[in-house]
Amino acid sequence: MVVKQLVFAITLLVTIGIFSFTISRFIRFFKFTRPAFPIRNFARRLWIMVDVAIGQTKIFRRPVIGFFHALVFWGFCIIAFGSIEMIVDGLWGTEHFLKFLGPVYSLTSASGDIFGLLVGLSILIFLSRRLFFHIKRFEGIEMKSVSHMDANLALSMILLLMVSLLGMNMAYYAGNIANEQTMTGVYPVSCLFAGILSGFSSSQIGMIYQTCWWSHILLIFIFANILPYSKHFHVFMSVPNVFLSRLYPLGKLPNMDNITREVKFMLDPNTPIEPPPAGLTTERFGIKDAEDISWKNYLDSLACTECGRCTSVCPANITGKRLSPRKIIMDVRARMKEKGPGMVKNGTAFSDHKSLLRDYISEEELWACTTCNACARECPININHPVLIVDMRRYLVMEEASAPGLIKGLFSNIENNGAPWQFSPDDRLLWAKNIEMNMN
Amino acid sequence: MEVRKVEVPVMSDMFAKGERPEFLFWVGCAGAFDDRYQQVTRAFVKILTYLEISYAVLGKEESCTGDPARRAGNEMLYQMQALQNIAVFKTYGIRKIITICPHCYNIFKNEYPDLGSDIEVFNYLQFLDQCIVKGQLRIDPQALDNVSVTFHDPCYLGRANDIYFEPRSILKSLTANVVEMERHKSFALCCGAGGAQMFKEAEKGEKEVYIERTEEALRTNASVIATACPFCMTMLTDGIKYKNREEDVRNFDIAELIVQSLKI
Repeated sequence: MVVKQLVFAITLLVTIGIFSFTISRFIRFFKFTRPAFPIRNFARRLWIMVDVAIGQTKIFRRPVIGFFHALVFWGFCIIAFGSIEMIVDGLWGTEHFLKFLGPVYSLTSASGDIFGLLVGLSILIFLSRRLFFHIKRFEGIEMKSVSHMDANLALSMILLLMVSLLGMNMAYYAGNIANEQTMTGVYPVSCLFAGILSGFSSSQIGMIYQTCWWSHILLIFIFANILPYSKHFHVFMSVPNVFLSRLYPLGKLPNMDNITREVKFMLDPNTPIEPPPAGLTTERFGIKDAEDISWKNYLDSLACTECGRCTSVCPANITGKRLSPRKIIMDVRARMKEKGPGMVKNGTAFSDHKSLLRDYISEEELWACTTCNACARECPININHPVLIVDMRRYLVMEEASAPGLIKGLFSNIENNGAPWQFSPDDRLLWAKNIEMNMN
Repeated sequence: MEVRKVEVPVMSDMFAKGERPEFLFWVGCAGAFDDRYQQVTRAFVKILTYLEISYAVLGKEESCTGDPARRAGNEMLYQMQALQNIAVFKTYGIRKIITICPHCYNIFKNEYPDLGSDIEVFNYLQFLDQCIVKGQLRIDPQALDNVSVTFHDPCYLGRANDIYFEPRSILKSLTANVVEMERHKSFALCCGAGGAQMFKEAEKGEKEVYIERTEEALRTNASVIATACPFCMTMLTDGIKYKNREEDVRNFDIAELIVQSLKI
């Protein structure tokens, strides 16, 4: 027993070690990011988390497939309870450590068992959709074969997790029946299938139990360490991402305070120039590359699971333009992964002669956005794409003076006439002539 | 029936006379210059007159809010426009703004406060819906009863500001035949003009967004496509022309439908 505990403890330490190393890399990348917004309003944030993350309300905008995702998510929460117990059992050599919870334990073990089956079945639906059906949402220029492999690997691992979980419960049930022992917990699904094991001796059933127990916990450890390198990092990042949502109306763009200082001075040279806030270096306007993004942009990119709901509702994408909001978010993550290590070594001035703009995201994509916010409204975990797109336009326009010709015309019309068209301000009241109305 | 000429009060004249109107009616550039959309402005002014609202317009002192510049990435130009407009508001001590254009509404409500504006902002639909509820606007439910209407949600009213209820509430008081498009409310498809797209050619693609949306509207078989945004109006009117349906399908702003119903 002590050997088992020792092996378990070492395995757990290795898992935590690798995981911490991975996370510390992400934290170092976060240090390059710019501020996005202050994190206040905890009560409202908690409510959004309960509503959007726990309640899965935005995923239910597609009710059928959303329902299966909700099953997987809620199942994950319940089953995580059992996984924590397994870790304690593994370290202390106990069996079903949480059984002191009594009726609560019966409830959690029973729901874990039921959800094991429901999650497994949902995953089978997801896998078959990906493997045998042509779902438009899963295609697109950004969906390379590695993206599909990533998705299928994660789904297969979850399936194996559920198989090992149910196997474990079945062997536990069958073993207790064979040895006529009293059972801890309730297993309404596994007891139905435990008959499969009736041909085995009780020691063989014990072996099956141990095999499933170890496979389940090792799969969890391996999965946890694959996730941060996969799009399924979503599992860890989406709830925090929802908690850290932008709380403003979708129509609001963030104000550029450094521009405000300049404009106020331009309009009235007598304005006292406020000193720039401490720590503000001369940074470029808008976003060109990884060092210009905000922590929220980066968090969004890590939380994105490439479901493609954003792209499927994008008017530009629907009508065949190159823009795909999902790609924009995926590009942010890929670019930080590429440039981040160089910036860790050499500071943010590091250049690899590439940039997020143009090497990843083309001007054509950026100019195709109508800022309609359908993508942001649809995203089940409150990723905001239009703010990022406008920030990249800001770089193009204000640092490079680069914009489609008609947009440049628009700017000069506004500057010269105070209107987007070439009309004189003196004609602003022409509509008001000769209005007649019937008096009833 | 008596016909009366409507005089549109201008803020500077009122101010010179020592009068302080309750509302600034912000006309917007499309409202002032776009041939088709000027009709909407005129319709709304008739409603304001009918309701005997104390209002004025800025006239020559009005200038672009900066919305298309901002969404096209020109934060500098946007802030120049915004700070100058805010200065004009301060000059006249304006407390309440009412707008038709959802882009103007959104920028006043959500973005100008970052630059020091603290004015109460009303979208005309919220305002008019309240007037109907209070019984100040006596809609004749017979006037448009045989007209079927579908409403296209402007992005900057709907998703941007969660205004879905009021336009539908008004339309339902005008006619019993309100039909929804497949994608509506928060699922509504953009007309294709937001984010400064109105002022440029669309990127290369298989289809124009406004055609996709017009086709969806036409599938409802409604005889009127109701809009509440100057850009949506331009796009959908173009779409109806493109589909050669000008004979049997019309595009009206909700303000125009109210005027038809009130017969003013």
